[in-house]
Order: sequence, then C-alpha cells, then structure tokens
Amino acid sequence: MSVTFVAAPKRLLTMTVDGQTIKVPEGTTLLQACQQRGIDTPTLCYLENLTPVNVCRVCVVEVEGSRTLVPACSRKAEDGMVVKSDSDRVRASRKGVLELLASSVDLSLASPEVHQWMERYGAEPDRFGPSSAPPPGNPRDRARPGEHVPADGLAAATVSQPAKLDNDTYIRDYSRCILCYKCVEACGVDAQNTFAIAVAGRGFEARISTEFDVPLPDSACVYCGNCIGVCPTGALMFKSEFDMRNAGTWDESKQTITTTICPYCGVGCNLELHVQDNSIVKVTSPLDHDITRGHLCVKGRFGYQFVQHRSDGSEAQQ
Amino acid sequence: MDLRLGVGGPPTSAEKAAVDAVLGDPESSWLGGERTAAGGHIARGGHSARAQRHLLLPALQAVQASSGWVTPGALDYVCTRLTIPPAEAYGVAAFYSLLRTEPAATTVVHVCDDIACRCQGAEALCAEMEKRFGPPSEPGDTRAVSWVRSPCLGRCEQGSAALIQRAGQSPEMLSIAPASVAKIEHALGNGNGSKPLLDPTSPVRTDPAHRRLLRQVDVANPGSLSSYRAHGGYQMLRRALDMGPQGIIREIKEANLLGRGGAAFPTGLKWESVANNPVRPHYFICNADESEPGTFKDRVLIERDPFGVVEALTIAGYATGAERGYIYIRGEYPEAAERLCEAIEQARTQGLLGASIMGSEFHFDIELHRGAGAYIAGEETALFNSIEGHRPEPRNKPPFPTQAGLFAKPTGVNNVETLANVLEILRIGGAAFAELGTPTSTGTRLFCVSGCVERPGLYELEFGATLGELIAMAGGVSGGRPLQTVLLGGAAGSFVGPAALGTPLTFESVRAIGATLGSGVVLVLDDTIDVTDILRRIAQFFRDESCGQCVPCRVGTVRQEELLARMISRRPLGSPERELALLMDIGGVMRDASICGLGQTAAAAVQSAVSLGLIGGPSDGDRVAQQ
Repeated sequence: MSVTFVAAPKRLLTMTVDGQTIKVPEGTTLLQACQQRGIDTPTLCYLENLTPVNVCRVCVVEVEGSRTLVPACSRKAEDGMVVKSDSDRVRASRKGVLELLASSVDLSLASPEVHQWMERYGAEPDRFGPSSAPPPGNPRDRARPGEHVPADGLAAATVSQPAKLDNDTYIRDYSRCILCYKCVEACGVDAQNTFAIAVAGRGFEARISTEFDVPLPDSACVYCGNCIGVCPTGALMFKSEFDMRNAGTWDESKQTITTTICPYCGVGCNLELHVQDNSIVKVTSPLDHDITRGHLCVKGRFGYQFVQHRSDGSEAQQ
Repeated sequence: MDLRLGVGGPPTSAEKAAVDAVLGDPESSWLGGERTAAGGHIARGGHSARAQRHLLLPALQAVQASSGWVTPGALDYVCTRLTIPPAEAYGVAAFYSLLRTEPAATTVVHVCDDIACRCQGAEALCAEMEKRFGPPSEPGDTRAVSWVRSPCLGRCEQGSAALIQRAGQSPEMLSIAPASVAKIEHALGNGNGSKPLLDPTSPVRTDPAHRRLLRQVDVANPGSLSSYRAHGGYQMLRRALDMGPQGIIREIKEANLLGRGGAAFPTGLKWESVANNPVRPHYFICNADESEPGTFKDRVLIERDPFGVVEALTIAGYATGAERGYIYIRGEYPEAAERLCEAIEQARTQGLLGASIMGSEFHFDIELHRGAGAYIAGEETALFNSIEGHRPEPRNKPPFPTQAGLFAKPTGVNNVETLANVLEILRIGGAAFAELGTPTSTGTRLFCVSGCVERPGLYELEFGATLGELIAMAGGVSGGRPLQTVLLGGAAGSFVGPAALGTPLTFESVRAIGATLGSGVVLVLDDTIDVTDILRRIAQFFRDESCGQCVPCRVGTVRQEELLARMISRRPLGSPERELALLMDIGGVMRDASICGLGQTAAAAVQSAVSLGLIGGPSDGDRVAQQ
C-alpha cells in the first residue's frame, strides 16, 4: 500500500497586485505573488535555497497603508493587501538602489538580468561622479567602525580592492561584493554549518571576513565552495575560472555543461561539469535538485582532477 | 557545530581572568579549563552552551578593558567558552566603536565634535588636543595615549565633552564635561590641579514646582534607596500592584501617552499587545541607548533619578506580564550605568526586585546591558540583536517586537522618558494626565536645549508651549544675536527657521510644519554658525553609524556626504540644480527603501536645510563667503 502525505490545506488569501485581484495560499511572499502574476521582480540577495535577508532592497514594492516600501522577497501576503509593483515610488527606489550599488561595486560579472534591470529602471551610476581610485593596500579590512576620512566629493567611493588569493580552489574578489549575505548564509545554518565567514565592520566598511581577516587556510573553511555557488556577482570564483579570465582564455560560448552524479559517496549529488576545451573548468549543482539544493562538498566541487588524468599519464590541457 | 579554535593562541592570564570574571570559571577542558580525567568523558555543548550567546558582548568588553583591544587569543577563549564561531564573534567585535580589533593604545580619549559641541568650539578643542597629544588615532596606532573624535557624548548642555577609556589592570571609563585639555591631562594623571571632571549639577532648568518627570531630581539622593522612598519613591509600584495589570494599562491608555523615544507610538497599545500575547515568557526593555546627537535627557534622568527608572520598569514588567526586564544603556554613559547598577542592587536587597516583590506574587528582575559604541543599537530590533550577542543590525518588521522581540518572545520596549511618564500617570491618574498639554499631545515633555542660547539645559514643559517661548525661557539666543535656525529632534530631525518660533511644540503642530520632536532636541543656531559645517557633520554621522546592512543606507549615506562636500566647496558635478535633484533622489531612496529608521531619516535634516534655503540656494555661496 502506498501512502501519500498531504499537507494541511492552506487558507487562500485575496489580494490585489497591480490592480488585479488574485488568490494566494497563506504564507505566500509578495515576490511569489508577483511571480504568479508573471511580474518580473528584480532580486539580488534573494535565492530560493536560502533564508531571505531582505538587505539589497531592489525587490521593494509599495503596499497600501505602509509608510515605506516593503521587501517583496520576505514580506508575507495578507488578506486584502493592495500591492503595487511598478509605481513611481517603486521604480525610483529600484533605480536608486541599482545606481548606488553599481556606483560602488564592480557589477561587470553579475548576471545579464542585473544589466537588464539597470536598463529597465534607467539606472545611471555615473551620476555620482567618477569612481575613486582604489586606495593603496586594503584599508577596508582594517577600517575601524564609526570612523572614516571625510569625503571631498570629487570622486565616488567604491569598495575596490585587490582580490584575495590564498588557496588553490577559489578566490575572493570583494571589489565585486554587494554584501548580499548569501555566502555567509551558505557557510552557516542554511547549508554548510561551518561559519568560517561573517560580516564584520559596519556601514560602508562592512565586509565579509574571517576572524581577524586571516587567510582561508587558517580559518574554519572546508572548501565546500557553496559560497561560490550562491554568489551573484562573481566575487567568489573558482581559481580555475579566475586564472582563465586573467589569461583571456575563459569563453563561455565554448563551454558545455554535462550533468552527472558525484562518484564519491552514496548521497547521489547531481554535478554539472562545465567543460571547455575538453577540460573541466568549474563544477556546480542545480539549485532545484532535491538532494543538493545547489550545495556540494569539497570532493564534488573541487575533486575532479582524476577525470582529467589520461591513461598515458598526462593531464588534460588546462 | 564544529568550531575551529586554537588558531588565535592562548589568552593571557589577565584576559582569561577578565573573561572568567564575566562568565564564571570554566567547568571543563571543553570550555577552556584544566583537563581532568572525568572531563574527557563528558561532552559539553549543544543548546545549553549556545544559549549563552547574550554574554558575548560583556565578555568582549571585559577583554577590551583588560588588553585595550580584542586579541585573537582572547577572542578564541571567549568563543570556546560560549560555543561561538570566531568569525561571528569577530564580526560582532568589529561593529562597535568602543572595541578595537587590532593593537591599540591602552588609553583612548574620545573627544566629542558633534553638532552641539561644534557650536561651542569643539574644533578648537580638537586642535588643542592635536597640539598636546599629536594627530588623532588611526588604525594601528599603539601610542600609550591616543585620542579620537567622537559622535555626541550626550553632554550637550555643558558645551564640550570627552570620554576617557582606559584599559589595563584597573580599567576605567571617565566622562569629562565641560572638557579641556587641562582637565583631560589631570584625569590621565599627568596634569596638575584637582578640578572635578564633571559638573555634578548640570543644568535642569525647570523650577521644582513645575517638575513632573524630573520630580525626584535634586530632591532624593540618587545613591540611596531609602532617600528615594522617603521622598515618595516606590509608592507608585505599590499602587500598581493594587490596580493589577489591566488597571494600569487602562490608565496608560486613558492618559494617551505617546512614546518619547522618537516614534511617538501609543504606549498603552504597545503594553496591551505584549500583555495579551499568549506566547511566554514576555520581556520588557528600557531603552537607554540615547545616542541621538543633541540628546541628554535620559542621561540626566538616570544619573539623578535612577530608582525612578527601576521602579517604572518594574511597573511596566508587571503590567505586561514580563518576568525579566532589561536596561540597555549606551557605552558612553559610564557614570549613569554605575548609578543604575547600584540602584538595581539596592532594590534587590530591599525586595523590590526578585521574587515576591512587595509581598505580592510578582517576580521580576532587571539585567543591565551596556552598549559599546553604536548609535544603531538604539533601534529596538537592533537592540535585541545586541543583547542576544549578534551584530546590532535592525530586523525587518513585521514581526513587531510585541509579537517576536527579544529572543523571539513578545517584548515591550520603551524609552527612559516614556517610562518616567508612567510614574506620573499612576500618581495623578490617566484622566488627569490627559488634561495636561493638548488633546493629542498629553503630559509634559523634556527638551534638550543646547547651542547658542544663554541657558542651555534640560527643560520640562507641558505640551503646548511654543518654540519661541522655550527659547525665551532659555534666555534667548546668546548675546541677543539673531536666530538663524533651530535643529528640532536631533540629527534625524529637521531644521526649522525663525518662522517656526510660534509653533507649539506638540507632536501634531510640529508634524504639520514637516518636522518632528524626535528625542526632544532643540539645538539653537545663531547667525555666526556655519550651517553647512553642521550639515556636513550630520552627514558624516550617518555614514559612520549606518550598520551597512541595506544598500540604500550603506551607500546612500556615503553619497550624501560626498554631495554635500561638493556643494559646500562649490565644485558641483554639472549644474547646481542637477546636484540638488541628485541629493533629493538619494534622500528619497533612503527614506523609502531602507530597512530601519536610521536610513529612513538620514536625509531628513539635509533635505529640510535645502527647503529652508540654508544650503543649495542661490544665496548660499554669498552667505558662506561673507562669514
């Protein structure tokens, strides 16, 4: 006899999104309600396999009766709620948030959607002036909370800084970091429970850091690479990809993706092998896979060198 | 949780002793103690170990006081004791400006250069500090004595202020006001003279006959519970216990009391919603993290009437069914914290805290938490995170604190002044209280008057008096000079011009002119003050104090400061009109899309200055040039 588990039925709520009345089950977020209406809502810090932190504020929508805009990713629908996802206030805020981000962070490797949203909302990050030159060294890692050199306003401050290269598996280029907290969540209770990184500092100098900014090999990092898997801007990147980009050989148009199952243990994680020129250049896992939810361990993520070991003893061309 | 510990090396014996003084001796080698034969066979950890995270900040403060900075070895030891990942503990330590995370001077002098002190020559004091002690401290500065500029130290009525933070064998925090280099040297032990560091009678200007919230100030001895009781103290708790929780809430609602911390939320509703919440336990917090530049009322109340705060919080706890109360006081108020500590201790000894208070079945105790230098920790949800040992980043609302607050339980939070009103409501009754002031702004209000007035200080006024009347009470603008503008409500408030002198200082009238009473700040600026300089300090303040969590505030406060700098130096990007539009856009996105009140109000003062024509107008350049 087979048993089917049925969840308790959820109450249906009636709400209005952009003038259309819809019914959604209790517990639905405004983001899901917008998706149900086919409305493309920009998100940066949201990912379906992580707890929403609602910090990027690019998904904000207007809710009638609410003094400020509310984050669609985490706000739950309520009966009778009237939501506007494309009002002037919403468009202005989304434009502003994208401008502020793009003027302070290198978004060149963010997904194509981010650039489409910037175009849709007419974001002009240059409005704040030319970007300031990166300061020598990386004073951000030593910045003291509550102190800063007063601005002269002639150039817009950025988080520009050298990439951190301290191990053979992945790099951390925090000049691309939008502080979406995803890597911290993936390293913590949402996936790995390793807690090697956290947000340190505050304000514009808030940053992702190990304790005392020690290099990863001295930290609790176990190199599962789940932080890379969730990073939306390329701040965290396979060392192989970083090196190929620097050498000018990274070419996604020449890459194929092969889905397979990790051979190391019996869990059965799905792997997506990104292959260029007959070499594996990076490994990911699908977010919607019911075992991995996109997360892997160090072996599945980085232990692929044996595949490229040829019978004649040579290694595949990197 | 599999923590990677030991990388930081061992703590020094002084650090270990300092941490153990907060946490108690370690029970086993698992927690950093001596290894014993039995200890190796018992696993410690799990929920009970992790449930001590609220001790993280006190432990870090102990390390700071011992070593002058949070060393890797000591951080490691704290993490071992409390089962906290070192990266997270570091993230907490690196948030607070009174904690250092790299080698630092053992003695640091924090010199206030914020808006109120600026009007009284803070820059001159800083210049003298530089002459005597060298340039202000920068990261890596390990001189024996160093100094830094500080945001408002809450002694605005005294004209200048400094705070000495000394680490080592006998660590101490000392406030100095009014501050001078001579006094600072004296306090550091290498100067001459014996001037008192603090003026013990900082001005409370309302005459005793008209004091309600300040009734006990300078009447009862703030260090003695028996003196407080001899002057009528604890009669209101007695009355409250007789009335019962519902009766108290009825009176508060009838009094129509609105919160005095800045948001003006109806206190009765808040209490009722905590009291009626079926989830247990309930908590009640007195928010004494007064950090709004220009505000000092809560400090005066605590320093001069600490038992009043304890009594009122006890009543709040009783009315809302809370079993534990918390007072969160800012780290820059060492003397006030000391007073509270003594008051709580004395109340415990006399059975006014603890089990069966006044012979009733009500059990309640109070924990005192000290902040460590973070304006944002005064935001109620950030305050919860601070007490819980997390970074004080505000939470998204809903859920509201009355549903899920401290430790995710129903929590009431009130400002010190709001709680002081509770005693008055019980004394005269809700109906009589509602007769004071105006129908929508009932009772009295404390105003922190500073800047260019003859008699700066704390004023208690019935709602309804106008701004002009308050300034006249304070002796008018210093030297009879013309009034330029008044900053109402602090850095998160707004500027109003001379046209507002006739405006009654009530919630509704001030809102009608697009301003706010905020925390009761009335900073008076005469025509000699360069408002652009004040504006710039406000912009710097918000950039420094933003927690950095959400984009609009993290980057918006930076862009706002940059833009103001350009406007002031008259080097606009493109036309001045374009700059002005950009300033308004930055303000708009911060106000609409930020998570909490800090970001939502970070542009308020600047934007009000623009609409008053204090900056950005065609005459702005000429006016500044003339000065």
